[in-house]
Amino acid sequence: MGYLLQVRNLKTYFYTEAGMVKAVDEISYDLKEGETLGLVGESGCGKSVSALSILRLIPFPPGRIVGGEVFFEGKDLLKMREDEIRDIRGNRIAMIFQEPMTSLNPVLTIGLQIGEASELHRLLNKKETREEVLRLLKMVGIPDAERRIDDYPHQFSGGMRQRVMIAMALSCNPKLLIADEPTTAVDVTIQAQLLEIIKELTSSLGTAVILITHNLGVVARYVNRMAVMYAGRMVELGPAIEVYGHPQHPYTIGLLASVPRLDQPRKERLVPIEGQPPNLIRLSPGCSFFPRCSHRLEQCSLEKPALRPVGQDHWASCWADV
Amino acid sequence: MDEIIKKSERRERGPIREVFHRLSKRITALIGLVIVLLFFISALFAPFLAPHDPYEHSLADKLANPSWDYPLGRDELGRCILSRIIYGARVSLLIGIIVISIGVLVGVPIGVISAYFGGKVDFIVQRFVDTMLAFPGILLALLLIAMLGVGLHNVMIAVGISTIPIYARLARSSVLAIKARQFVEAAKSIGASHLRIILRHLIPNSLSPIIVQSTLHMATAILWAAGLGFLGLGVNPPTAEWGAMLNGGRLYIRVASHVATFPGLMIFITVLGFNLLGDGLRDALDPRLKT
Repeated sequence: MGYLLQVRNLKTYFYTEAGMVKAVDEISYDLKEGETLGLVGESGCGKSVSALSILRLIPFPPGRIVGGEVFFEGKDLLKMREDEIRDIRGNRIAMIFQEPMTSLNPVLTIGLQIGEASELHRLLNKKETREEVLRLLKMVGIPDAERRIDDYPHQFSGGMRQRVMIAMALSCNPKLLIADEPTTAVDVTIQAQLLEIIKELTSSLGTAVILITHNLGVVARYVNRMAVMYAGRMVELGPAIEVYGHPQHPYTIGLLASVPRLDQPRKERLVPIEGQPPNLIRLSPGCSFFPRCSHRLEQCSLEKPALRPVGQDHWASCWADV
Repeated sequence: MDEIIKKSERRERGPIREVFHRLSKRITALIGLVIVLLFFISALFAPFLAPHDPYEHSLADKLANPSWDYPLGRDELGRCILSRIIYGARVSLLIGIIVISIGVLVGVPIGVISAYFGGKVDFIVQRFVDTMLAFPGILLALLLIAMLGVGLHNVMIAVGISTIPIYARLARSSVLAIKARQFVEAAKSIGASHLRIILRHLIPNSLSPIIVQSTLHMATAILWAAGLGFLGLGVNPPTAEWGAMLNGGRLYIRVASHVATFPGLMIFITVLGFNLLGDGLRDALDPRLKT
């Protein structure tokens, strides 16, 4: 099976008054058709920026994609003209944002907003669009679709709005869905429902998913492969079961140890990762995790480690053998 | 049970009805609304409401006091003041609408483009706006009238142009706040073009301060037009216009005070009405009150 998406050495920097921030620094990964990739890391590690860079939605100034290639269906998205990438957005690659409260335009009915992508990319007329929107609303499980279609966003709850966002994103049967922390802002009980909807619909449509999250429980359950990011770099990449069961990077190990798990005896204490994430403006020439690492070697402070194979389809960027 | 839930959800109103609902809760706003409606009615139906021909003069009855036939009396040429005031509302309404149309139609796009594209475009446009704002509005209007010549059209154009920078600033500031919101990014992520984002997402969301400003500006425009009319720079006589009527009655203020008083009172009440309505709208459209 061919690759749907190939990200090569992607670099996105932000030029701020305090200095240059390497938000995404030389990230590479592949995504097969229909595959689900979990992008994990703590706040500010570059998860969202790396995903927004794929669609070139980085606001300039201050952000800028300074290097790398993003091949989608064989074409480099970063070299496309503005109108070509616009044709990809929402049509071939769709996105769901974190905040369902602010991702919808408050003055337009949800019917109009869900139909916008269909109008733009599938050139449907008003009547066809309305029927399509009704179908989508039913698809994401919004009850009483015929009545709700003319309601405004403030008349929906957070979970329902996120369903609206899912309907919007899937309206053109995209090949790739980027879900940027889709469940962070909603109740725990709703989170599972939303993830089930996303999983069910994308697998029936054959849509590949990049699921950005800091919830490791979500990753274990819903993704095929996972990628762990730290300070703008990818530290580990591999099948979800592998990375979860046999983490090979000290940061991944620390991350998993700091999450409570129901399948372990209660007595075991949670182990936090010591220290703070580094200041992205003043990164050391070596491994960014070096100051917090319990496995550090002399080499670690001098040179950045590259991803190297540590198992079947499993990579980690660490000088030490953990 | 489900029925009750559905019904209570249904009671939510659309955005326009919601604004009217909030407006109707404020007594001052309601008074403003009534005055403004009366103003519009008298302007639109002047020929049916006016008891006499506003241009029919009778020198024998000049400066006559109010009577049953002529409720507000007669002016220096013996014309019916009430009829002239009713007809005068037409001129004021026309001036207000044209002035605000010029301001909004030119100012808002300038402000929106300036805010949306930012950078150099924004810098150049805003320095131009700064320059225009540096002139006192009435002075700018006088200057333009001096260049264009006296007359109703030129007054409207002059006052209209002098309001452009205010709308440009207002639109810019609200778009700056809105363009940072996530739904604009979401619109970009589904492949919407710049024009579509501006027309469909930015402008509708930045309308409420512009509506409030327009209502308040209606008062200012009427006042300015009356002021310019008073100075003899507005309409040509004998057109019924409140400022010109005030000026005409000024000479007789000691012998027949009603000639100048009633047009002055009308200007005052109308301006007050628009201001009350504008204030009420500002509260009713306040986004912080939205659920």
